[in-house]
Amino acid sequence: MSLNTALPARSIVQFLGINTLRLFVIIVLLFLGIILWDIFSKGFAVINSTFLLDYPRRGMMEGGIFPAIAGTTFVTLVTTLFAIPFGICAAIYLSEYAIDNTLNRFIRAAIRNLAGVPSIIYGLFGVAVFVQGAALGASILSSGLTLGLLTLPYIITTTEEALKNVPQSYREGAMALGATRWEAIRTNVLPGAVSGIVTGAILGLSRAAGETAPILFTGVAFYLRYLPSSVHDEFMALPYHLYILSTQHHAIAEVRPLAYGTAVVLLGLVFLLNILAFIIRYRYRKFHNHQV
Amino acid sequence: MNTKLAIRNIRLSYGKQEVLKGISMDIPANQIVALIGPSGCGKSTLLRAMNRMHDLSPTARVQGDILLDGENIYAPGTDVVAIRRKIGMVFQKPNPFPKSIFDNVAYGLKINGERNRKRLQEIVERTLRSSYLWEEVKDHLYKSALELSGGQQQRLCIARAVAVTPQVLLMDEPCSALDPISTARVEELMLELKKDYTIVIVTHNMQQAQRVADRTAFMYLGEVIEYNDTAQLFNQPQQELTANYVSGTFG
Repeated sequence: MSLNTALPARSIVQFLGINTLRLFVIIVLLFLGIILWDIFSKGFAVINSTFLLDYPRRGMMEGGIFPAIAGTTFVTLVTTLFAIPFGICAAIYLSEYAIDNTLNRFIRAAIRNLAGVPSIIYGLFGVAVFVQGAALGASILSSGLTLGLLTLPYIITTTEEALKNVPQSYREGAMALGATRWEAIRTNVLPGAVSGIVTGAILGLSRAAGETAPILFTGVAFYLRYLPSSVHDEFMALPYHLYILSTQHHAIAEVRPLAYGTAVVLLGLVFLLNILAFIIRYRYRKFHNHQV
Repeated sequence: MNTKLAIRNIRLSYGKQEVLKGISMDIPANQIVALIGPSGCGKSTLLRAMNRMHDLSPTARVQGDILLDGENIYAPGTDVVAIRRKIGMVFQKPNPFPKSIFDNVAYGLKINGERNRKRLQEIVERTLRSSYLWEEVKDHLYKSALELSGGQQQRLCIARAVAVTPQVLLMDEPCSALDPISTARVEELMLELKKDYTIVIVTHNMQQAQRVADRTAFMYLGEVIEYNDTAQLFNQPQQELTANYVSGTFG
């Protein structure tokens, strides 16, 4: 019996299976492509130096979106400074030190669930705790901290995963040579986990940079004629600006190209962050090949 | 004979399961002691008790004493880190760190505070020479240790352990992942090292125990059934269980 005529039914199932999976991938990519094409084809035309570096003029009908770019950058910086150290430290504790008991399992589950809380809830929480409770007012600081809270569960979870993926033998090997637990973590575990940690952190931050709801009540402004001069000032932000231009403006049809342009800039910013993550991951992978 | 490690009634349990059921034995200085026995008999567990590696697993509970030169390493207030500096360990799977060959050997010295570059270089070279690895790696000391072969990696791990000049070396099936030639080189190295160190080795390979060990302990179900001179244990076992195991009737 010839080999390639054997079990045709199973071969057909195999063929159909693979191609069904392929079809789903294509459908997903198609939607992604349509979205990107729509935004870039309509938004790219308005991108020029005026758009990027000028203030909005004539009731946002002309001019640029510089304050929104600056505002999003500032607020993301505050988020970074707050969320990354706290997130990484919490993850190191949970992964390396916390013993496996009911309380710690509960804490872990709670953190995972926090990642699923709708962002508007974080916004309300931010108003209650930072804007009013800590009397920080509507400001970059309040918004940055609120976005930080939103990002923390994500950073903690991904960092914990990255640490868990470092082989146990790196820890034991170091400690068998007389390293303390912390020395083993610092010299052997963290370097092996850097690429995972950085990827998680940057993806978390890029998600935060695109959020609207958490900054809505905590510091973002409709329109400002000046740049924030400190973290206590209000700010403009790209996602909120986009929301204004596409739903709240008095002449939505006329500012539509500007809205698309804003979307392109926001996407560009997020892409930039992701490329950064990619570069860092690549550089670290060269030194820390995990396949031991 | 000078006793280096005195194990006194060591019991160890994971939760309710007792893995070591009261083990006592003396490890003489500058000798190689082999622990043999079927899988799950507790020989690796016993080995890891000798440098308190079980401290890292929260469910393990150890009772009893282990005396290093008469000093109880399980005494309250003992510095575990200091103990592990004196009692080094080589693991079953070669586990070089994702660093250069040089940094692997220098690792233990650096965390113990040696910063002098020249001294580090000296010690690294001396250690690699004594591990018979120097000739093979001297031209690429700064290449990643992960690029070495399995046998070279294991000899590097031994060199790394030896570099901090411990008094005792614990080896947990150090050759189980190696080919026969690499195994022979590691065994040769062990015989050389026992001049300066006391070595305890867990092995599944009874020929290996006979080739390298001065004394051998046969363990079964968490107990030491028989502990004697290697030749004696293999040729004239006193216990029926031992006789059955070394003759290959079970195990």
